[in-house]
Amino acid sequence: MPSPETLAQLGVIGFTFFMLLNSAAVLVYMERKVAAFVQQRYGPYLVGPKGLLQPLADIIKLMFKEELRPKAADPLLFYAAPILSAIAAFAAFSVVPFGADTDFFGLLDRKIPLAPADVNVGLLVIFAVTSMGVYGIVLAGWSSNSKYSLLGGLRSSAQMISYEISYGLSFATVIMLAGSLSLGDIVDQQAGTWFGFLPKWYLFLQPVGFLIFLIAGVAETNRAPFDFPEAEQELVAGYHTEYSSMSFALFFLAEYVNMVTVSAVATDLFLGGWHGPWLPEYLGWIWFLAKVGFLLFFYIWMRWTLPRYRYDQLMEFGWKWLLPIAVINLLVTAFAVAWWGF
Amino acid sequence: MDAMLFWVLATIAVTASLLVIAQRNPMYSVLLLIVSFAALSGLYVLLQAPFVAVIQIIIYAGAIMVLFLFVVMLLNIPTEEPTLERRWATGAGPRRFGAVLSAVLAAELYWAISSIQKTDLPAGVPETTVKDIGVRLFSEYSFAFELTSVLILVAMVGSIIIARKEPPRDHA
Amino acid sequence: MPDPTLNSYLMLSAVLFAIGTAGIFLRRNLITILLSIEIMLNAVNLTFVAVDRYLGATDGQIIVFFVMTVAAAEAAVGLALVIALFRHKATLSPDAFTTLKW
Repeated sequence: MPSPETLAQLGVIGFTFFMLLNSAAVLVYMERKVAAFVQQRYGPYLVGPKGLLQPLADIIKLMFKEELRPKAADPLLFYAAPILSAIAAFAAFSVVPFGADTDFFGLLDRKIPLAPADVNVGLLVIFAVTSMGVYGIVLAGWSSNSKYSLLGGLRSSAQMISYEISYGLSFATVIMLAGSLSLGDIVDQQAGTWFGFLPKWYLFLQPVGFLIFLIAGVAETNRAPFDFPEAEQELVAGYHTEYSSMSFALFFLAEYVNMVTVSAVATDLFLGGWHGPWLPEYLGWIWFLAKVGFLLFFYIWMRWTLPRYRYDQLMEFGWKWLLPIAVINLLVTAFAVAWWGF
Repeated sequence: MDAMLFWVLATIAVTASLLVIAQRNPMYSVLLLIVSFAALSGLYVLLQAPFVAVIQIIIYAGAIMVLFLFVVMLLNIPTEEPTLERRWATGAGPRRFGAVLSAVLAAELYWAISSIQKTDLPAGVPETTVKDIGVRLFSEYSFAFELTSVLILVAMVGSIIIARKEPPRDHA
Repeated sequence: MPDPTLNSYLMLSAVLFAIGTAGIFLRRNLITILLSIEIMLNAVNLTFVAVDRYLGATDGQIIVFFVMTVAAAEAAVGLALVIALFRHKATLSPDAFTTLKW
C-alpha cells in the first residue's frame, strides 16, 4: 500500500488531467460567447441555460462525424500526429503548480505541491515539451499528403521554432530574478507586497519580459493574430485540413490546452501565481483561476479584435523585432541583478 | 524500480536505434531516432542528471531532429525501393568489409568492458543542480563556451551559404 | 532484476555506438548516415554522464553540453551539404558522387 503522500500526489495528477479536459470545454463556450459579444450578437443561447451546454453538443457532434483519411495519407503518421499534439499539450502542464503546497488540512504528514510534479528544472521541462509540440503539427502537415496541409504544417512549425527563442529568453529573465528553475519556488518569491499595496509580482519588475512572453506564447499556440498557418481564408484549414471527427477534436483540444498552459505559466511566472489579498493561503487556487481566466479572456479578445499577420510579416517580427528586444531585456536584467542584487 | 526502468529504457533505446538503421522510409527513421533520444533522456534522469536530460530533449529532439525532418520533407525523399536501389551495401566487398568492421568493433568493446570488474554506482548521490553546472561552465569552461558560440555562428553562416540556390546571374 | 552498474551503462553505450557504426558502413542513404552519426554521438554522451555519476563529478555533463552543441552545428552543415548535393544529382546515395575519384 503506497504512502498517503503518494496517493495524494496521484490524486492531484488525476485531478489536474480532468480539469484540463474540462477547461477545454469551458474554453469552447467562452470563445464563442466572447466572440459573440465582441461582434455584438448573442452567441449560443439555446442549448441549456444561457447556452452553457453548447460544448457538450459540440463534442457529441464531433464524436458522431465520420472519421476520414485521405487514401494517400500514411496511416501511422496520420493518426499519430494529433495524439502527439495532445500529449505535448498535457505534458507541458505537468510541472505547473496551481496552489500552495498543502497537506490537505493535516491529513498528510508533509506538504505536497499542488502540481503533478514540481521538479527542480520545471521551466526547462516546459520549454522541452513545447519544442516537442512542433512534431504533431509537422507530421500532420506531412502525412496528410495534400498541398494545403503541407504548406500549413511547414509554416506553422517554422513559426513555432522561431518564436520559441524569444519565449525562452523571456523566462530566462525571470529565472535570473528568482534564482530557481522550479515554478513553485518562483511563485513563492512573489509573495508579499511593496509599500503595503503593490504586490511583489515579476510583472512590475519585468513588464517588457511579460509582453514578450505573451506575444511569443500566442505565436507558439498558433492563435490570432499569428494564426496564418490555420487561417480559413488563406489555407483552407492549414495542417488540420484533412482531419475530421475525433482526430480534429484532439487538435482542437491540444490548442486549447496549450492556451491554458501558456496562461498558467504566465500567471506563475509574472502574476504571482496563487498569491493574492483577502484570501487565506489554502484558497490561493481561486486567485490562480482568476488570473488564468483573465489571461484566457485576453487571448480570446485578441483573436477577435486584431487582424491577422501575413506570414512574412510574422517571421520578420519574430526575428527582427522580438528577438533583439528579448536579448536586450535579458542584458538589462542581468546588469540589474548583478549590480543592485534584486 | 530503478533497475526495471533502466532495462526498459535501454531496450527501447537499442531497439529504436536498430530500427533507425534498418528502416526504408527516412521519415520513420527520423521519428524512431526521436524515440531513442527520449529513452536516453530517461536514462539521464536515472543517472541523476536532470539538466542533461532536459537539454537532450530541447537540443536533440527539439531542434536537430526538426532540422532533419524539414530536410526530409522539403527534399521529398522517397521511401527506398527494396529491389531497385541497393539499400544496403550489398556487394561482396562492401558488405563484408562493413559488417566485419562493425562486428569487430562490437566484439572489442564487449571484451574491454567485461574485463572491468563490476563497479557499482555509489548510492545516495544527489542530483546535479543547474547551479553547479552553470557555475563551472562559466568559470572553468568559459573559454570553450565562447568558442562554441563562434562555432555555432560559423555553422549558421556556412550552412546558409552551402544550401542556398545559386542567385540568378544577370545577363546584362 | 539486478541493479544497473557502471558496466551496464557502458555496455549499453557500446552497443549503441556499434549500431551507429554499422549504420554508417552499411546504409547507402546520406540521411541515414547522418542519423547514425547522431546515434554514435549520443552513445558517447551516455558514457560521459554514466562515468560522471560513478565519480560524483560534473565535468562529464559539461562536456556533454559541448558535444551536443557541436552535434547541432555538424548536423546543420551536414544537412546543408545534403541539400546542395541533392540539388545537383537528385539522389541520396553516396555511390553517385564519385567524380573526385581518380
